[in-house]
Amino acid sequence: MALTPILTAHWDEADSFTVAGYTRHHGYSAMRQALTTDPDAIIQLVKDSGLRGRGGAGFPTGMKWGFVPQDGRPHYLVVNADESEPGACKDIALILANPHALIEGVVIASHAIRAKRAFIYIRGEVPHAIRRMRAAVAEAYAAGHLGTNIHGTGIDCDIEVQPGGGAYICGEETALLNSLEGLRGQPRLKPPFPAVAGLYASPTVINNVETIANVPYLVRNGVEWFRQFGTEKSPGFKLMAISGHVNRPGVYEAPLGITMRELIEHAGGMRDGSRVKFWLPGGSSVPMLTEDHLDVPFTYEDMAANGTMLGTATPMVFDQHTSVVKAVARWLHFYKHESCGKCTPCREGTFWVTEIMHRLEAGHGQAGDIELLLDLCKQIAGKTFCPLGDAAATPIPAALKYFRDEFEAGMHTPADELFPPAAAFVGASA
Amino acid sequence: MALDAQVRRDAEELVRRYPVPRSALLPMLHLVQSVEGHVTQEGIAMCAEILGITTAEVAAVSSFYTMYSRHNTGTHHIGVCTNTMCGLLGGDAIWQALTEDLGAGHDETTEDGMFTLERIECQAACTHAPVVTIDWEFIDDATVAMVRDFVERLKRGEEVRSTRGPVIRSLKDTERTIAGFPDGLDAAPATDAKMLAGLQAAKAAGTLLPESQV
Amino acid sequence: MTIMSNPPAPETLPVEMITVTIDGIDLEVPKGTLIIRAAEMLGIQIPRFCDHPDLEPAAVCRACLVEIEGMPKPQPSCAIPCGNGMKVRTQQSSQNAMDAQRGVMEFILANHPLDCPVCDKGGECPLQNQAMQVGRDDSRFDIEKNGFEKPINVSAQILLDRERCVNCARCTRFADQIAGDPFIDLFDRGSGQHVGTSSDQPFDSYFSGNVVQICPVGALTSAKYRFRARPFDLVSVPTTCEHCAAGCSLRTDIRRGEVQRRLAWNDPLVNREWNCDKGRFGFAYTEANRITSPLVRDADGVLRPASWPEAVAAAAAGLRGGRMAVLTGGRHTVEDAWAYAKFARIALGTDDVDFRARPQSAEEAAFLAAHVAGSGVRVSYSDLDRASFVLLVGFEPEDESPILHLRLRNAVQKRRLAVAAVAPYASLGLTKLDAHLIATAAGDEARVLRALGDDLIAKLSDNAVILVGERLATVPGAYSAALSLALRTGARLAWVPRRAGDRGALEAGLLPGLLPGGRPLTDPAARAEVAAAWGTTAEHLPTEVGRDLEAIIANAGDYAAVLVGALDPADTADPSRTLAALERIPFVVSLEQRASAVTELADVVLPVAPVAEKAGTFLDWEGRARSFPQALKQSHALTDARVLAMVADAMDVLVGMQQVADLRGEIDTLGAWAGARVAAPSVEPQATHGVTLATWNQLIDSGVLQEGDPYYAATARPVVAYLSAATAAGIGVADGDTVIVATAAGSIEAPAMVTVMADNTVWLPTNNEGSHVRSALHAAHGAQVTITKGGAA
Ligand SMILES: Cc1cc2nc3c(=O)[nH]c(=O)nc-3n(C[C@H](O)[C@H](O)[C@H](O)COP(=O)(O)O)c2cc1C
Ligand code: SF4
Ligand code: FES
Repeated sequence: MALTPILTAHWDEADSFTVAGYTRHHGYSAMRQALTTDPDAIIQLVKDSGLRGRGGAGFPTGMKWGFVPQDGRPHYLVVNADESEPGACKDIALILANPHALIEGVVIASHAIRAKRAFIYIRGEVPHAIRRMRAAVAEAYAAGHLGTNIHGTGIDCDIEVQPGGGAYICGEETALLNSLEGLRGQPRLKPPFPAVAGLYASPTVINNVETIANVPYLVRNGVEWFRQFGTEKSPGFKLMAISGHVNRPGVYEAPLGITMRELIEHAGGMRDGSRVKFWLPGGSSVPMLTEDHLDVPFTYEDMAANGTMLGTATPMVFDQHTSVVKAVARWLHFYKHESCGKCTPCREGTFWVTEIMHRLEAGHGQAGDIELLLDLCKQIAGKTFCPLGDAAATPIPAALKYFRDEFEAGMHTPADELFPPAAAFVGASA
Repeated sequence: MALDAQVRRDAEELVRRYPVPRSALLPMLHLVQSVEGHVTQEGIAMCAEILGITTAEVAAVSSFYTMYSRHNTGTHHIGVCTNTMCGLLGGDAIWQALTEDLGAGHDETTEDGMFTLERIECQAACTHAPVVTIDWEFIDDATVAMVRDFVERLKRGEEVRSTRGPVIRSLKDTERTIAGFPDGLDAAPATDAKMLAGLQAAKAAGTLLPESQV
Repeated sequence: MTIMSNPPAPETLPVEMITVTIDGIDLEVPKGTLIIRAAEMLGIQIPRFCDHPDLEPAAVCRACLVEIEGMPKPQPSCAIPCGNGMKVRTQQSSQNAMDAQRGVMEFILANHPLDCPVCDKGGECPLQNQAMQVGRDDSRFDIEKNGFEKPINVSAQILLDRERCVNCARCTRFADQIAGDPFIDLFDRGSGQHVGTSSDQPFDSYFSGNVVQICPVGALTSAKYRFRARPFDLVSVPTTCEHCAAGCSLRTDIRRGEVQRRLAWNDPLVNREWNCDKGRFGFAYTEANRITSPLVRDADGVLRPASWPEAVAAAAAGLRGGRMAVLTGGRHTVEDAWAYAKFARIALGTDDVDFRARPQSAEEAAFLAAHVAGSGVRVSYSDLDRASFVLLVGFEPEDESPILHLRLRNAVQKRRLAVAAVAPYASLGLTKLDAHLIATAAGDEARVLRALGDDLIAKLSDNAVILVGERLATVPGAYSAALSLALRTGARLAWVPRRAGDRGALEAGLLPGLLPGGRPLTDPAARAEVAAAWGTTAEHLPTEVGRDLEAIIANAGDYAAVLVGALDPADTADPSRTLAALERIPFVVSLEQRASAVTELADVVLPVAPVAEKAGTFLDWEGRARSFPQALKQSHALTDARVLAMVADAMDVLVGMQQVADLRGEIDTLGAWAGARVAAPSVEPQATHGVTLATWNQLIDSGVLQEGDPYYAATARPVVAYLSAATAAGIGVADGDTVIVATAAGSIEAPAMVTVMADNTVWLPTNNEGSHVRSALHAAHGAQVTITKGGAA
C-alpha cells in the first residue's frame, strides 16, 4: 500500500509551521466554511466519516461530540498532547511541523460542540513543541483566526496552551482534566463522563492532537474522500511513526490497512538485513507481535483479531539482537514509575512485578517466577481504576506467549550475556 | 534569587489566563523553578497564597509530577532516556558514560553545581532514539561522543544548540519558557530528516495526493 | 410532648424502588443504593477499605470487586449504584469476584509491615479481619518492603505510620470533603505515594481525631491513645458528649475502671459518624483536682474533709434563714437541672436561679422564656439538610457547635445551601461554609438585623432558618430583632447555646420567673401543673419573679446563702466581681467535681459525679433528648440530684427525688404547656461608640473540661487579634504587629491579623492562653475597648 502524505504533505517547506505556510495550502479555508455551518451538521459529518480517536482507544469521534448535552453550562474542548506512551511520537512532530492544522481543527471542533474555550495540554518536557504551539496560537490570534467574533461570524474561540509537569498518566483523559485543574494527575471516577462533567465540572470533549488535526481536511474534502482511505471500520489515514531497528525510522503517513511488512519496506527495510524479532503496533501498552504477523493490516479489527491492538499506530520494531526480557523489564519499570498510586493493583502490582523482572533480567530469577508473574498480571489486568494498570499487565503475558524460553534463561543467565547490549545499539553508538 | 514582587506579578498573570485560578498551578510551579531551580517551601507558600489553597495541597501536587524537583538542581539538567527504545538503542551506554564522566547518578548534581543528571522516561521521540535532553532541549540520535562534546562545550561556556534548533540556555531559562513566557527562540527548522522520512519516501515513489486535497 | 420527648424521624421523600439480584437473591432497594450497601442489607459483607458511607465513592482500593452480569471486568461495588434488574455476584457466588478480591488483598498486604502485635489497631483492624476473609495463607512477596521512617506527627495529636497505610485516602478525603481542612494530602505517586502534611502547616483541624477512627489500618493513631490499650480489653459504653450542645453520640471505651478513649458513635440524625476533637480527647479532666470527699469549713476557716452525713447536715443548716440563690453552670443533665430547679423553689423557696454562667441580659432571659423554653424541636439537624437558606447571627458554628458546622458544610457542599452570617469577619469556619459575610461590628448586630437588605429578606422564607448564638446576650435588641425578623418572614429561629447543659437547664426552669417547660412562674395554671409534678402544691412555690445572676451579684448583700452547682466565676462577665459577691454571701455551698475558685470560698463542698460516672440526659440545641447510661459502673460518685435530695432530706423537705429513672419519670409527667408564655422581649438597639470588642470562645480553649491532654491543647489556634485594614491603619498596625486591646480593667496584647472585617471592631478569642477576655478586660462581646499599637513583637 502506498504512503499518502496529507497532514505531512508540506512538512518539507521551511515555513510549514506558520500561518503563511499553512494558508498557502488551503489553510483555514475549512474553518471559514465550518463557521457558517450548523454545528450539528459538522458533528454529523464527523460521525459519517467514521473518524476514530487517534489517541489510542479509537473511540468514534463524532459520537463523542454528540454526547455533549446542550444545556446552559460552558463547554470546553481539550486537546490531548500529552504524548508519553513509549513508542508514540507523532503528535509532538505534528505540533512542530503543522500546528495550524491543529488550531484550525480546534476552532471547528469547538464550534461543533459549542465551546468557546479550548485547552491544548502538552507534556511539559518538550519546550520546543510548547514554544512552537504557543507561537502558532499567537500568530493565529494575530491573523484573526482565534479570539472573539472570528472573521465576523460572531463565533468566539480562545486557546490556552497548558504545560504538564511530567506524568504519563496525564494522557489518560480524566487525569489530564485533574492536572489541567491544578490537581494531582490522578484519574477520576467515571461516571460522570467528561462529556457530561469534565473540565470544571462542565461538558468537555477531549481529543487527541491527530484526531483534531484531521478535522479541517475532512471538512474540506468531505466524507467520501475521507472514506476512500482505510476500511469500513477503520476509515482514514494515520500518522505512523516507526521506531527501532529499521533503516529509516521516522514519521510515515499511510491509509489504515497498510501492513508492517509494507511499512518496513517504506522505511528502508531492517537495518543490516537483520530480521524482525518482535514488534508492537502502537505503543508499549499493546501486546507484541512477531515476524509471523507482518502481514496483519493496521486496522482496529485486524489487530484485535490477532490478539493485539492498533493503539497509537506508531510501531516499534526490534531485531534479533534484542533481549525481550530486558525490553519488557524496562516497560514494567516505566509503568511502575508512572503508576499514579491511586489504586492498589497497579500501585503494588507494578512495584512487585518490576522487582521480579529485574531479577530475571539479571539472571537471578527464582523457580516459579514465571507463574508468579502471570498470576500477578492476572491480578492486575481488569482490576484497576484506569487502563494504565491493564497496560502494565500487557507486555509480560504477550512476551511469554512467544519468548518463554528467554524468561526461563533468566533463572540463570543475565540478559546482557544472552544479548550483548552493543549489538542492539544503532548509529554511532554501535 | 528570591521570589520577588516581579515573580509574584508573573504568577498572577498566569492565574489570569484561566477561568478557574487553580488551573495555573502547574505553570506557576514551573515559574517557581525558573527562579529557584527547584520547588522551594517559599514557592509552595506563594502558590498557596495566590490560589487560596493550603500549602499541603500545593506540595501534594508538586510532588506528583517528575519535573518538579524538591532539592537544588544544577545549572543544566541532563536527561537520558532509558526507556526501552532509547535505552536499548544506545541510551544505556550514554547514561553509563555520562555518570562515570560527571561522577553523579540519577537525580544527583555534579559537585560544581553545573549538571543535574536524570534517567528519564519516553520523550515522544522514539524515531530519534537514543534521545538525550539538556534543559529539556532535545539532542536527537545521540551518541556517547556527541553527548560528551555537548557537555564539554557547555563547560567551556560555548554556545550549544539543540539538534532541533534552539540554543541551550539553562534549566531555569527553559522552565520560564515552559511556564508560559515567550523566549523568542521559535524559528525554523520545522522538521528534520526523521520527520520527513515518510514524505520523502512518498515523493520518491510518486504517490502524493493532488494538491487540491492537501 | 414532654421536655424529653424526641422529634419524629424526618419524613423521607418517596423514593423510586428498584430490584437488584445479588448472589441469586432478589432485593428491593431505593434507586441510587450502592451495590456494597445493598449487599449489606442481605448480610453479605464485601471487603472494603476506601469505602466510607459519608465520603464520596473513590473506588481506589479495589477490595470490593464483584461481578456484574454483562460487564466483562469485575466492578467496584462501592461506587456502582444498583440498576433495575442488575445481576450481581459477590465473592459468595462468583469465583471471579473471589479471585479478584484475593488478588487485591495480596497486593494490599505486599508492602504492609504485618506488625499486628505492636499495632494499636490489632484486634479491631478491618485489614486484619478482611485478610482472614480473603487473604492467602502464605506470602509470595519475597522482596524488601517499601519502608518509611516511622512514625511522623501530622499534628501534635495525630501520628502517622506511613508503612501501614494502604492508600485508601479516607483520611485525606475526610479532611477535604467533610472537615474542609485539607492540611493532609497524598504526596508523591505510585508505590511511593503516602499521606503527608506540608512542613509549615500541621493537620490542626477541630475534627482531626476522626481520621484515626476511620483509618482502616493502624496508620493513624492519636498521641493520647497510642499504646494505651488493646481493643479486646476494652468495654464500650455509649455516651453523650458533655462539651457542647451539638449532642454527639459517643462511645466511651473503658479498661479497669478508666476511660481509655472516646470515639464517635454513629447517629444518622445527629452527628452521623463524626465528632470533634474536644469531644474525643477532652475527657481527662477528671484525673486531676478531683474532689473525692465532702469538705466542710472549720470555725478557723480551714476546709477539711468530712463525712457525708456531717457535710450534708452542715449544708442543710447553712441553707436556712434568709434569702437564697442557686447558681448553676451550663453542664448539667436535664435530670440534675430539674433537681436544682425544684430544690431552689421547694427547699429554698427562692426563684433567684440562673444557669447562665456567662455574660447575659434580661432580654436574653425573656427571649429564651418566650421563644425557646418548652418549644420542643423547632429546628432539627434534618431541617438544616433541607433548608433553603441559613442565616447565622452572632453564632460561630465551627467553634460553638462543631457538628452543626459539619452538617451545614455538608449541605453547602452537596446542594449549595446558601449561608449568610451577621458576624464581624469571615472566620475560617465561615469560609468553609462559603458564607456570605454581613460584616458587623460587635454590638451592632441588632441594627444590622433591622436593616437587612431586600435580597436577604427575600431569602428568609418559611424554609429558611435563623440560628442565633449566645454572644447576642450582650447586644441590646439583638434577640428582639431576630425574633421579629423570624415573625415577619416566616423563617424558623433556633438558639444554639454553647454548652451541653444549657437547653436542659432552660427546660428545667433554671431562670428566674420560669418554671419547667416554659411555664411562667406567675401563671396560676402553670404553678399548679408544676407543683403537681413536683409532688407538692402551688402555695409552696415562690410567688415573685426572682433575680438573675447579674442581679444576684449586684445585690449580694441581700443573701444569707448561695448554692453553687459547677458555676465557674471565670466564665462570668466580670470574674472578680462574681468572686467578690460570693465572698460577701455568708454561706456558700458548692457542688463540684473538681476543686475550683468557688471551692476556695465555699463553706461546704459536696462532690458530684462527672458524666462518665453517672447516667443522664442532655438536651441538644435542637431540644432533642440525648440519654446515656453510666459508663464507669464502679464509681459511687453521686449525681447532683442525689446530693440535693440528701440535703433536702436533712432540711426536712420532701423532694422525693433519687435516681435518674425516678427523675425522668417525674419530668415525663409534665406535658407541654398550653398556656400563655412569658412575653417576648422588645428592646431597642443601642448605638455603639468607638471600637468594640468582638469575641467568642474558640472550640479549643482554656475551658477546665479540656484539661489533661497536652497534645490536644497543642492543636489550639494561636491567639490573634483580627482587625479591618482601616481599623488597623488607624492605629498604625500591620499584620503581625502587636495590638493592645484595653479596658479600664486591663489589657491583652496579641499579634494583629488584618482581614476583611467591619471597621471599628477588634476580635479576640474569649478564653485562650494569653487572651482571657473576661478576667483581663472584664468585657463581653460588644463592649467598648481601646486599641493601640504595641511595642516590638
Ligand atoms: C495511561 C494512558 C495514557 C494515555 N495517553 C494519551 C496521550 O498521551 N495522548 C492521547 O491523545 N491519548 C492518550 N490516552 C487516551 C486518552 O485517555 C483518550 O482516550 C484520548 O485522548 C481521546 O482522544 P481521541 O478519542 O481523539 O483518541 C491515554 C490513555 C491512558 C489510559
Ligand atoms: S491503574 Fe490505578 S494506580 Fe495505575 S495509573 Fe490508573 S488509577 Fe493510577
Ligand atoms: S471499597 Fe470499593 S474500591 Fe475501595
